[in-house]
Amino acid sequence: MKGLWLGIVISVIVIALAVISFVWTPYDIQVLDVPNKLHPPDATNLLGTDHFGRDILSMIMLGARTSIAVALVAVGIGMAIGVPLGLWAAARRGSLLDEVIMRGNDLIFAFPSLVIAILITAVFGPSAVNAIIAIGIFNIPVFARLTRGAALSLWERDFILAARVCGKSAFRISWEHILPNITNLMIVQGTIQFSLGILAEAALSYVGLGAQPPTASWGRMLADAQTLVTLAPHVALVPGLAIVVTVLGLNLMGDGLRDRLDPRVRADRT
Amino acid sequence: MLRYALKRLLSLTISLIIASIVIFAVIEVIPGDVVRQILGEAYREDTAAALRTELGLDGGPVSRYFSWVTGMLTGDFGTSYTYRTPVADLISDRIGVSLPLAIYALVLSTLIAFPAGIYAASRRGGAGDVTVMGLTQLGVAIPNFWFAMIMVLVFAINLRWFPSGGFPGWDKGFWVSMKALTLPAIALALPQAAILARVMRSSLLDMLGEDFMRTARAKGLTRRQALWRHGVRNALIPVLTIIGLQFAFLLAGGIIIEQVFYLPGLGRLIFQAISARDLIVVESVVMLLVFLVILVNFTVDLAYAAVDPRLRSRA
Amino acid sequence: MSLLEVENLTLSIGETAILRDVELTVEAGQISAITGESGSGKSMTALAIMGLLPRGAQASGRVVLDGVDILATPENTLCQMRGNDMGMVFQEPMTALNPVQTIGDQVAEAILIHTQSTRADARRQAEQTLKRVGLPPDRFPLTRYPHELSGGQRQRVVIAMAIALRPKLLIADEPTTALDVTTQAQILELLKELVVEFNMGLLMITHDLAVVADFADQIVVMKHGDVVEHGATGHLLRHMTHPYTKALFAASAHAVDLPPRPDPAPLLQVQNVVRDYPTPRKSLLGPAGKFRAVDDVSFELQRGERLGLVGESGCGKSTLTRAILGLEPVQGGQITLDGASVFSGKKPNLDIRRKMQVVFQDPYGSFNPRHRVDRLVTEPFHLLPEPPVGADRDARIARALSDVGLSPGDSTKYIHEFSGGQRQRIAIARALIIEPALIVFDEAVSALDVSVRAQVLDLIADLCRKRPLSYLFISHDLSVVRVVTDRVLVMKAGKIVEQGATEDVFTNPQHPYTAQLIAAAPVLPDLTAEALS
Repeated sequence: MKGLWLGIVISVIVIALAVISFVWTPYDIQVLDVPNKLHPPDATNLLGTDHFGRDILSMIMLGARTSIAVALVAVGIGMAIGVPLGLWAAARRGSLLDEVIMRGNDLIFAFPSLVIAILITAVFGPSAVNAIIAIGIFNIPVFARLTRGAALSLWERDFILAARVCGKSAFRISWEHILPNITNLMIVQGTIQFSLGILAEAALSYVGLGAQPPTASWGRMLADAQTLVTLAPHVALVPGLAIVVTVLGLNLMGDGLRDRLDPRVRADRT
Repeated sequence: MLRYALKRLLSLTISLIIASIVIFAVIEVIPGDVVRQILGEAYREDTAAALRTELGLDGGPVSRYFSWVTGMLTGDFGTSYTYRTPVADLISDRIGVSLPLAIYALVLSTLIAFPAGIYAASRRGGAGDVTVMGLTQLGVAIPNFWFAMIMVLVFAINLRWFPSGGFPGWDKGFWVSMKALTLPAIALALPQAAILARVMRSSLLDMLGEDFMRTARAKGLTRRQALWRHGVRNALIPVLTIIGLQFAFLLAGGIIIEQVFYLPGLGRLIFQAISARDLIVVESVVMLLVFLVILVNFTVDLAYAAVDPRLRSRA
Repeated sequence: MSLLEVENLTLSIGETAILRDVELTVEAGQISAITGESGSGKSMTALAIMGLLPRGAQASGRVVLDGVDILATPENTLCQMRGNDMGMVFQEPMTALNPVQTIGDQVAEAILIHTQSTRADARRQAEQTLKRVGLPPDRFPLTRYPHELSGGQRQRVVIAMAIALRPKLLIADEPTTALDVTTQAQILELLKELVVEFNMGLLMITHDLAVVADFADQIVVMKHGDVVEHGATGHLLRHMTHPYTKALFAASAHAVDLPPRPDPAPLLQVQNVVRDYPTPRKSLLGPAGKFRAVDDVSFELQRGERLGLVGESGCGKSTLTRAILGLEPVQGGQITLDGASVFSGKKPNLDIRRKMQVVFQDPYGSFNPRHRVDRLVTEPFHLLPEPPVGADRDARIARALSDVGLSPGDSTKYIHEFSGGQRQRIAIARALIIEPALIVFDEAVSALDVSVRAQVLDLIADLCRKRPLSYLFISHDLSVVRVVTDRVLVMKAGKIVEQGATEDVFTNPQHPYTAQLIAAAPVLPDLTAEALS
């Protein structure tokens, strides 16, 4: 359980940094201070400055906001569409509809989110919204498959049969009996997809398919740092470590939650 | 077995058809006029008409779709607007970098993950398990392009063991080229290896709880023998799925890693094409990537049947 | 000296004591049976003898097989003994074999790891062993995979692996519990022959007292980790000393006191019902095949009648049940309740549904773990046009719970707070709450221990006395059907092969299949009142 608490602490700190950035950052990153560029970390700039002399800590705080927003909305899209699709497919298991939904999911899996982002950017130009849509679309089959799999095994259980004998519709059974019994699974998977979303957002921003300047983003900071890595390693190290620590924290939390909420253990306990 | 393969082949074909329609629709139909999109500010009626004829973009969307598809089937991917050369030539140059990179990374990832996962599972709860799992936890959290930058800093710039970027070309010798691909392949492979090792471990641990493992022990196999002879092959079934999915990530992730190492692969081609609004190139490269991913999934399905006799007879 | 001597075997996992001073012996060429209800520690005793205890288990005492103390033997020596000196057969044949390896390879492996024989020799020997257990190579070549065999055939493969090297001791943990009665009889017969042929000791673990009485030379009765009584079968059956043993045998032979049934008036009519399932296509574009699970079945159930339905797995009884409950459409024939069809058009008929309820087999899977008991038992209110609310609802919950012997206060608890037997009572309360005309008991007592089963059967009889209860009692267990039904249907391969008054059918079966079923089912010897007193 140590991992779970460490994960929660890290996640809370990152979220807090992002929230605080709305009202306060150590420096205003709109103000360029080129003479003070590539300053290593010290007392005035805790994490140093970048090639425009901007405070890296401030940029990290603002970047956390972008990362969290993109990943959160993308997980939301994936859940909002994927879970109902999975429930629907499971309720009509074995039918043509089930087959169509699942084949559709397989098809989306053939389009990695990077490819989707490339397609959208090629047509509409780059933006953070692209990243959200691209990651969100790729999350749909993840949740749909997981939901369908869990729902299918629940549909075999006797308590669902009993509900059917009581004349309840498939929709009502899905809502009343299936959904509450898969929430834990969804929370755990949601955490994992959230951390994957942060990694994906960073990658898309790094290659210029995600957030555009002046929006701060960890991926963009790394792209800018690439040519400066020999001159000032901290410019590349800090945003990278921010990503690693955040993702690590979320994953620890996800694993911890899985151990605690494992539906296999829980089915009979609550 | 043959029926199973045919069935999978049918589903592969359907997937390809739908994927091609989706890609075509996104690139050529949704934006309206492709030529207007390509030319942007420089749009003028006469140049547009000329370009439309040159790129074979006159005609309705349906007829354009069919000529695009039949073209691809005969190896004609159209003409690049920026390079003014057949897209097929561009792709065949670049894929010589991207595909070997993805395969190299897949091999590395598997070579690292299998022993690590099996080792951790056989030492469940022990110090070895905890160490391996801690490392994989870290591996999963590291963005591969950042890892690549750090490796360039350490192994190329400071230690000078590997080139920091660029690709000499296969005609300059196999080993030189492999050397140029090694850091990119490691960067690509490590996060995937971490995931794969975790899947391998948990899949094996699931197997340890199976009844047939207990039967094997009752026969007199040691814990280790039972794990190797009965656990590993059964555990491979879920692992194969992940390997298939990973190939997709490695191909796509390769596009990003190519940026770090300035490798002349499909990634650079596609980003140059995006900034030059060379939509025909984007369309073809995306189709190619999706085709490769679907093809890998088809292979994985066949591999399933080789591992699992239940699939062979059912299907 | 006996072949196997277990002395003062004490076992705990963490803080939990599992076994306390267990003592038992197995002689060469003889069968010893450990019996007891769930949680008695009988399976753990078996695993301790094999040296296959789960991690974290602490064992003390002595387990001596042919002079070797297993608890004091290092793991690598134990590996050489397992499969060589002692073999084991497990309960679940469907999962006991490696699904991706041929049966020949799996049997040959048992030979290869213990002997110097070549691969070809091992395969020849595997072939011989499989032939001995009833899987001749012309019909069951070594290249078969487990999924191509039935449960009984797979259990024969497991036995073949265990006896391939003629061990001195064979341990069989509930080897026939997952099998049909006719298959069970064949497997038990095979084990019996092998014991004599190899002069092997057999330690059999089973909860089924009829099997024990029929089959074992020695009986060991366990309860909560203690051996409460042991002795030679004949003697123990005549002179039981421990009250638990007596209670166990009394519960197994439990007869319930059904009230007389009222005058017949038709309630449920099943006429020429056919249920087909599609099967995978034979060729890529050919038509989908179909499997006829229920084939032209007709019967009637009278108001107030207690009707039994028996048959082995796969005979179509579950499919028939689902069709009667209106959960699945039928492809032919008609099912009517009180004259109205269960299915009207493509939709199930709700007016009819509210006259039927069901109690399922699995007390653990029958309830949504996230709902409280009051919500669980009132689920059938959904079928009523005006569900009761407020005080009326509470009163009906209280009555339903009291009727099944629970307290009204239990309504605010969650299902995990109840034992298996209590859960089945809640399931009955749920079925009774809308006072249906017909209750379907689908293997409703099959998952319960004998003493709990006896209580639930008593409850059913008790309910019959309080109100005119009509039910369809579906079970594979002939002895249970015999005591709780007036009339019985026997089903085989989708057809009803025999029906009649329960006692008539059991004492004078007309159809050969019925006769075969009854002959195969092990029966408890008639224990005198003296033995049980």
